Amino acid sequence: MNQMTPITTTLKDWETDQEVRWCPGCGDYAILKAVQRTLPQLGADPANTVFISGIGCSSRFPYYMETYGFHTIHGRAPAVATGVKLANPDLDVWLVTGDGDGLSIGGNHMLHVLRRNVNMQIMLFNNEIYGLTKGQASPTSRIGTRSPSTPVGSFDRPVNPCAFALGAGARFVARGFDVSKHLPDVLIAAHAHQGAAFIEIFQNCIVYNKDVFDGFAAPKGAEDKQLWLKQGEPMLFAGGAQGIALDRDGLCLKVVDVVAKEDGTPDWESAGVIVHDVTNRSIAHMLVEMPFGAFPMALGVLYDDPRPTFETAVAEERAKSTAGKKPDLAKLLGSGQTWTVNADEGHPA
Amino acid sequence: MATKAKAELPEGASPQQPDAVPEAVPEAVPEAVVVRFAGDSGDGMQLTGGQFTLSTALAGNDLATFPDFPAEIRAPQGTLFGVSAFQINFGSTEIDTAGDAPDVLVAMNPAALKTNVGALKPGGLIIADTGEFNRRNLDKAKYETSPLEDGSLAKWQVLAFDISAQTIEAVKPFGLGNKEALRSKNMWTLGLALWMFDRPREPIHQWLRAKFKARPELADANIAALDAGHAYGETAELSGPLRQTHLPPVPTDPGLYRTITGAEAVSLGLVAGAQLADLPMFFGGYPITPASAILHHLARLKEYHVTTFQAEDEIAAICSAIGASYAGQLGVTSSSGPGIALKGEAMGLAIMTELPLVIVNSQRGGPSTGLPTKTEQSDLYQAVYGRNGDAPMPVIAARSPSDAFECAIEACRIAVEYMTPVMLLTDGYIANAAEPWKVPDPASYAPFPAQFLGAKNDGEHLLPYKRDNKGARPWIKPGTPGLMHRIGGIEKGQGTGHIDYSPDNHQAMTDARRDKVLGVAVPDQDVCIGAATGRLAVVGWGSTYGPIHQAVRRARAKGLEVSHIHVRHIWPMPGNLGDLLRGFEQVLVPEMNTGQFKTVLRDQFLVDARPLNKTSGQPFTIAELEAAIEEALG
Repeated sequence: MNQMTPITTTLKDWETDQEVRWCPGCGDYAILKAVQRTLPQLGADPANTVFISGIGCSSRFPYYMETYGFHTIHGRAPAVATGVKLANPDLDVWLVTGDGDGLSIGGNHMLHVLRRNVNMQIMLFNNEIYGLTKGQASPTSRIGTRSPSTPVGSFDRPVNPCAFALGAGARFVARGFDVSKHLPDVLIAAHAHQGAAFIEIFQNCIVYNKDVFDGFAAPKGAEDKQLWLKQGEPMLFAGGAQGIALDRDGLCLKVVDVVAKEDGTPDWESAGVIVHDVTNRSIAHMLVEMPFGAFPMALGVLYDDPRPTFETAVAEERAKSTAGKKPDLAKLLGSGQTWTVNADEGHPA
Repeated sequence: MATKAKAELPEGASPQQPDAVPEAVPEAVPEAVVVRFAGDSGDGMQLTGGQFTLSTALAGNDLATFPDFPAEIRAPQGTLFGVSAFQINFGSTEIDTAGDAPDVLVAMNPAALKTNVGALKPGGLIIADTGEFNRRNLDKAKYETSPLEDGSLAKWQVLAFDISAQTIEAVKPFGLGNKEALRSKNMWTLGLALWMFDRPREPIHQWLRAKFKARPELADANIAALDAGHAYGETAELSGPLRQTHLPPVPTDPGLYRTITGAEAVSLGLVAGAQLADLPMFFGGYPITPASAILHHLARLKEYHVTTFQAEDEIAAICSAIGASYAGQLGVTSSSGPGIALKGEAMGLAIMTELPLVIVNSQRGGPSTGLPTKTEQSDLYQAVYGRNGDAPMPVIAARSPSDAFECAIEACRIAVEYMTPVMLLTDGYIANAAEPWKVPDPASYAPFPAQFLGAKNDGEHLLPYKRDNKGARPWIKPGTPGLMHRIGGIEKGQGTGHIDYSPDNHQAMTDARRDKVLGVAVPDQDVCIGAATGRLAVVGWGSTYGPIHQAVRRARAKGLEVSHIHVRHIWPMPGNLGDLLRGFEQVLVPEMNTGQFKTVLRDQFLVDARPLNKTSGQPFTIAELEAAIEEALG
């Protein structure tokens, strides 16, 4: 990578002149602002930045970013983005999708963009509902969700986006929520990761699925149910009064109470609280599956362990297979088993 | 062969001159011969056919081939559905089809005989391997008694002998097991065929040595089998129906030649087209018969600035190509009918965002999975109309393997110059069939370099949908400073490209998209053979070119007033086509579908186009078309 001159921008530089068309109070506004606040911190260049989306409320996002933007078709943004990255790996690509777009109609593409490890940031806005089509149950809706298409409550089991991502082979999995002040930090970490960085962003659909995440994301009083993960730090929550430990017999996570030491800091070692290691894939699987209820919601960077990107592999394969070969179209056309007809004979020599 | 056909145009265009091509007169040396090799799918019939094709080309005969193989990779041995066949038509005259009825049928087992003998010309020659006509194989082919012995083959000449035993004997010195030895049966048979048509063995020897470089004993065994088959012909010469025939070479334009299949020609044409556009090519594909061969060819041509991407599905294949076009490369995708159906929505996106894209459709029998390995032309409606909304898209159709090269370049040109997706139609026949091709000089094609917008195009403002005199919008690569903008599948505001649902805007944009495509420069339609007006025009498109061409030639030689018109530009159509068709009393449209092009012609020009349809998965025979011409003029 060439060393670029640092780009200085402000939030304003990332706003378009387009009227934002989300419902007043929608969580998408907060995410938009978080992204527009984060990009200047990254030293990003609007001309080199591309937002690519599918269909749905979340996928209107590119229209509001003063960058290159491509609002594609339902579920297919990962495929379009893969083509963009293969054609020009230097572009900084952000994918914007939702629970329906990314995990229902586009589930297959999500699987493959993750397992191929195409270098981009994938923001999946999860509101557990189809908003733009007026409120049908989505693949992440909890059992019992009443909606126009499920009048007595949904009964199909929801998919867990981060578990799906890990299962698909993602090398970066993170979580945040729309109004969280930590969201920019999650985006910065995702951007720093070379490869497909999957970010599930819980987003409040105030019209069709209002406050469904209040258990851990309510503006007030829910902080105790948030486990913000930090590399190298113990998994503590509820102000340090509780932590996550490993139940070695059952091979699962458990919540433990943590008492304070004499100096007032939590004595997490004695409680067996584990230290977050972003490269530990096994623990990551457990964190994303942690059953909300007695447990907190695992947030922040759950897993980050880069591997070579797809674009790099494609470039390496190209270098290998073209080594020492010079393109010569005339020669190519006349290759294979050929024969010459002479002018005087009019038949093969 | 394309070069010959073109040479006939000036003559054909004159109404005064009758077609001078004489009808074949019965004589000792036929003008052309049709040979069909048929065997079990494990017998190597396609390989035999391929090598016989090469030796025929080297002998200077014109030729056309038709491989016909089962959809199953390894069908149970000896079964009727496991039969694989390869037909070649070659001669001392212009050859445009793989031939109607074979003169010679090589049947390697009872199933191959049963499925193919019906096509054999009365009096034609059957060469059968008695070594395979045992009870077990007869049962599998559902023969109660051996047809070689019960007289049921009386209307043909039968030459039956134990090819299996002859082969085992020939390869004995090389110490192979029986099973391995029998794998050289196809080479023994090829040797016999080489003798029958007076072909040199040396090129096949060379090919075998190269093929079995790592196992020279197999090369030696196969060469021994080939030579033994050849020697058998020589010694059997005086007995029975086996005769040696020498077909003199057909006069041909001087130059360098090779054989080429449609799939190869499409691949090379795309590479040439991208080069003429001065663009790297991105090819997104997903495995599907019979289109995969294009992906395979291009995957080996990376040094030509080609990126191939095997996507997770057909939709991802086209979407990745659209993404690559958006980022400034020439996006290409390829499939066959079912896959094209899946790509439909994304084609609409490419139409809406006005990005260049080439979509190759190697048509096969449908609907649904249909007949994966058989040919059909039944995706014409899908190509012209098969998308939601008013979604106009140029469509061009190749008429032969070599023509596919020209058409692929043309598709690239239209895509880049008009900022539009373009569909190129071929079919299973064109994709797999081989014909001699005079290697063109790439420098003889006019380049059409792509232009990218580098600065704002409306004073201080950028108008991503500002149109040029062709109606095309500018191509703007992400990464270009100062030109940030948003595109997408929602209706675009004129000029600005902003979301705009307003009634007037949608009317104007729908009109603009339609007018752009209708305004694509398409050369005037020519007449392949015959006068530009008259009693009957036979109008074809795609791979029916060969049989129509020959049938019209023959009919004209009999004095019938008939012309052949073959349309490459399916959409938009040549500007003069309506007037041309109205100059004929009758218009007959032979198609391997239920009448799709006929309907489009009727719709566009209000002409009384009559259908002649065939949907058997097999190409038209010349005889079928001749009969239809005679009936129309009778």
